[in-house]
Amino acid sequence: MEILLSSTQLDLTIKRLAHQLVENQNELNNIVFVGIQPRGKLVANKMMDTIASLYPDFKLQYGVLDITFYRDDIRDELHEPKETTITQSIEGKKVILIDDVLYTGRTIRAALDALQDFGRPKKVELCVLINRSFNRELPIQPDYCGLSIDTKPQQNVVVDWSKNTVIIYS
Amino acid sequence: MQLTTNHLLGIKSLLPKDISIILSTAQQFKEVLQRPIKKVPSLRDVTIVNLFYENSTRTRISFELAQKRLSADTINFSASASSVSKGETLLDTVNNILSMKVDMVVMRHSASGAPHFLAKHLPNIAIVNAGDGINEHPTQALLDAFSIIEHYGSLEGRKVLLIGDIMHSRVALSNIYLLKKMGAEVMLSGPPTLIPKYIQQAFDVQVEYNLQKALQWCDVANVLRIQLERQNQVLFSSLREYNLSYGVSQKRLAGIDKEILIMHPGPINRGVEIDSDVADSKQSVILKQVENGVAVRMAVLYLLSGKKELNV
Repeated sequence: MEILLSSTQLDLTIKRLAHQLVENQNELNNIVFVGIQPRGKLVANKMMDTIASLYPDFKLQYGVLDITFYRDDIRDELHEPKETTITQSIEGKKVILIDDVLYTGRTIRAALDALQDFGRPKKVELCVLINRSFNRELPIQPDYCGLSIDTKPQQNVVVDWSKNTVIIYS
Repeated sequence: MQLTTNHLLGIKSLLPKDISIILSTAQQFKEVLQRPIKKVPSLRDVTIVNLFYENSTRTRISFELAQKRLSADTINFSASASSVSKGETLLDTVNNILSMKVDMVVMRHSASGAPHFLAKHLPNIAIVNAGDGINEHPTQALLDAFSIIEHYGSLEGRKVLLIGDIMHSRVALSNIYLLKKMGAEVMLSGPPTLIPKYIQQAFDVQVEYNLQKALQWCDVANVLRIQLERQNQVLFSSLREYNLSYGVSQKRLAGIDKEILIMHPGPINRGVEIDSDVADSKQSVILKQVENGVAVRMAVLYLLSGKKELNV
């Protein structure tokens, strides 16, 4: 077990990502932020808090997306579906998907599928806290990334919100 | 996450845990049905046959829609337009269909226990009971429960009244099993000829022959259809008299000091078990029940498909 990001580092990383997400966005009102259930939601919530404090007058468009019904491993195991709260149409909008750890890329593949059912976005970008760069099974890369690390498949990367740290288990 | 059963034959064989999983999954499917594109790809590798040996409008359309919203392939079969009229047995019919690589069977049959019989002979195929004789109609009970929870938040301690033809109603039996398992209180009301004599002891439910008192007691009144097609003797003198003594009317509801939820599994005999103004009133959730039916059936099919095994 090894600590990848301490509490202070994690806070700084999330703050940096939040700044990056909005620094090039001239039209913030055309962006929909989407946290991926279940764990991406927790990162996304923190980022939304940071962005909200930067732009206190602005009403952020934010929702969470559950990808359970779009998974490609349904016949191996059923997962518990969680809430989806995308209430506005994403037609013609720029969507930024937010997740905690990017690993095989299969969750993002499913999320891209799921997004289609809410309209045709103008552009989709991906923001992740941790990018496990060696283990991709699909051609998917993040546009915004907190920390990129090289891991072996048998290792496990976990964001522990109770201790506010990122831990890597061997 | 998975159910403890391979089939949905009745509520009787489900654990409270199974019921909770189905209802919470249905909650998410209800959200799917509000989207611009109301369809998910979960069951695109599954083929389902709908075997309807008995007439149905709601249940059949609801199952078919649920299957299509899950991207499953479906085949519809109705007994009247098939080789059943040439004398083919149930098992032969099903085996013939299954040899064409079908993964799930949704069946309605007028004989109680027909789906259980199939499940015994075809353990590897998921079988969903869409109503068998006077035994059970599990998906109806699940959608009734879903509608109650949607309105009140939970089933625990909720007072539910079932009115009418308890004797011939599979909806009633499934509802009793489910409500008791989930901690609700159940009362039955209707003419003594339509309420089985020992049901009180058998299911730990209350029986109240005075409808006015029963309505005063409950939070939810589920009004059942008078099943004339299953009655082979005279159990009440006339539909008019039934309506006067046990019909749910606006006048009766005005006589109680609270607003209760009105449910009906359909099809409605307007002016018999329920008056039109009650069925169409604000406190009636009859059409919501139909809407919720699709989400609940999607949840059942989705959860049972997870156990798909390679075909015969």
